[in-house]
Amino acid sequence: MTTILKVLRYQARDAIRSRWLIAYLVFFLGVTEGLLRFSGDPTRAQLSLVSVVLFVVPLVAIVFGTVYLYNAREFIELMLAQPIARRHMYGGLYLGLTGPLALAFVVGLGAPFVLRGVASETLPALATLLGAGIVLTCIFSALATLIAVRCEDRLRGLGSAIGVWLLLTIVYDGLVLFVLSVFSDYALERVTLGLMMANPIDISRLALLLRFDGAAMMGYTGAVFLSFFSGAQGVAITLTALTLWVAVPVLLGARTFRRKDF
Amino acid sequence: MRLVTDQTTNARATGALVELRTLQKRFGAVDVLRSVDLNVLRGRVLAIVGPNGAGKTTLIKSLLGLTRPDAGDIVLDGVSVTGTDAYRARIGYMPQIARFPENLTGAELLSMLEDLRGAGAARDRELIDRFELGDALRKPLRVLSGGTRQKINAVMAFLFAPELLVLDEPTAGLDPLSSSILKDKVLAERGAGRTVIVTSHIMSELEELADDVAFLLDGRIAFAGSLDALKGETGQGTLERAAAAMMRRAALEAA
Repeated sequence: MTTILKVLRYQARDAIRSRWLIAYLVFFLGVTEGLLRFSGDPTRAQLSLVSVVLFVVPLVAIVFGTVYLYNAREFIELMLAQPIARRHMYGGLYLGLTGPLALAFVVGLGAPFVLRGVASETLPALATLLGAGIVLTCIFSALATLIAVRCEDRLRGLGSAIGVWLLLTIVYDGLVLFVLSVFSDYALERVTLGLMMANPIDISRLALLLRFDGAAMMGYTGAVFLSFFSGAQGVAITLTALTLWVAVPVLLGARTFRRKDF
Repeated sequence: MRLVTDQTTNARATGALVELRTLQKRFGAVDVLRSVDLNVLRGRVLAIVGPNGAGKTTLIKSLLGLTRPDAGDIVLDGVSVTGTDAYRARIGYMPQIARFPENLTGAELLSMLEDLRGAGAARDRELIDRFELGDALRKPLRVLSGGTRQKINAVMAFLFAPELLVLDEPTAGLDPLSSSILKDKVLAERGAGRTVIVTSHIMSELEELADDVAFLLDGRIAFAGSLDALKGETGQGTLERAAAAMMRRAALEAA
């Protein structure tokens, strides 16, 4: 465990100084500050931030993560020539990537709110926004790690990263909409819910919109979603789905990493 | 009478620090190592030579556990270490390409390694002074020239005064002065009883350093023995000529 922390510490130190990560931090600072300033209303700014978070966090985590890990290849080789177990190196790599990304996001989005003083009515939404961003960072950097470990060819790896992002962000929702329109004669609330649970971005979107009383605008479907998310079973299913989205890629990646030739 | 010896006494008797036993590695359809048996003798410098693609780097990486061999065993000091991690504390490795985390400084990189190895390990900072790296170590690694990175690479290999040094093309990219400093260091380490494995494309350089030669050809050891024995067997006066003769002979046998 201490080895993981040591690897993590130096890797995070390297990642934090990367220009891309600083750009990411500045981006969220700028967008959040801008939205707060122009809307003048923290709740409306938060509502706009939902789309930004759902779009940008997965993209940056998976693309930056893949590129960063490909660039770290020689570093990994150097570390593995030391008396370090592969699983510790792997853990350090994943956490050393996820930690700085999550930190940049939390500071970038959180700071403008905190500096203005968070009102008690905007706090739950802010916390959900930050939580969703952190979870999406964990999931998409896990996918990035899996891709970088599995795929030797950088270009193909980067292509897969963007492909996975497109699939989960755009294509998947298109397919869901298609299914819903084809079977629009049936009651599909539960099916929709199931389909949403299979995609981490959709889970986050639902959890976020329900925080903003958006459910009221979704009619009966919204009511079903709201009752699902407010029940213990719904929360448990959601958390399980999100945990699986982190654990499965991380563990698959660990398996490959343990047997990989460097 | 049958002699029963355990592996440890066997290793001591043969004087081998490292024994590679029937090491095999396949990458896709290519047999990179086909059953390599090799003993690396204690307190000597072993040069691994062979044409490009003969499997030199794969052999070295297998020894370090960076590449996982398909079959075979790696024995260090009489103990099988295949698939384990702790034995690498006894090895200093200088890889062919020196690339590091770009945003760290050399000093941070060295302290990271020290941190990982723990307080107990010995330190050898001689090369930092000899290479005059004091200033360079305070800069981020991305701004350093290829030669300077290669020097830091060398410093890291020698840093913990390891029993076994594994140097893959150590002088590539170094100017003549730095390269002679490095060679002096290698010979000094051998003088102190350490074991060295080195590869290079520059035969004259290996001639200066090596006591023993392992000639790797097509994933097999075509010759292993002392430098003089290789010269004797091929009837050539220099390592370069002897290596060329070995390759010609192999080409004839293949034809």
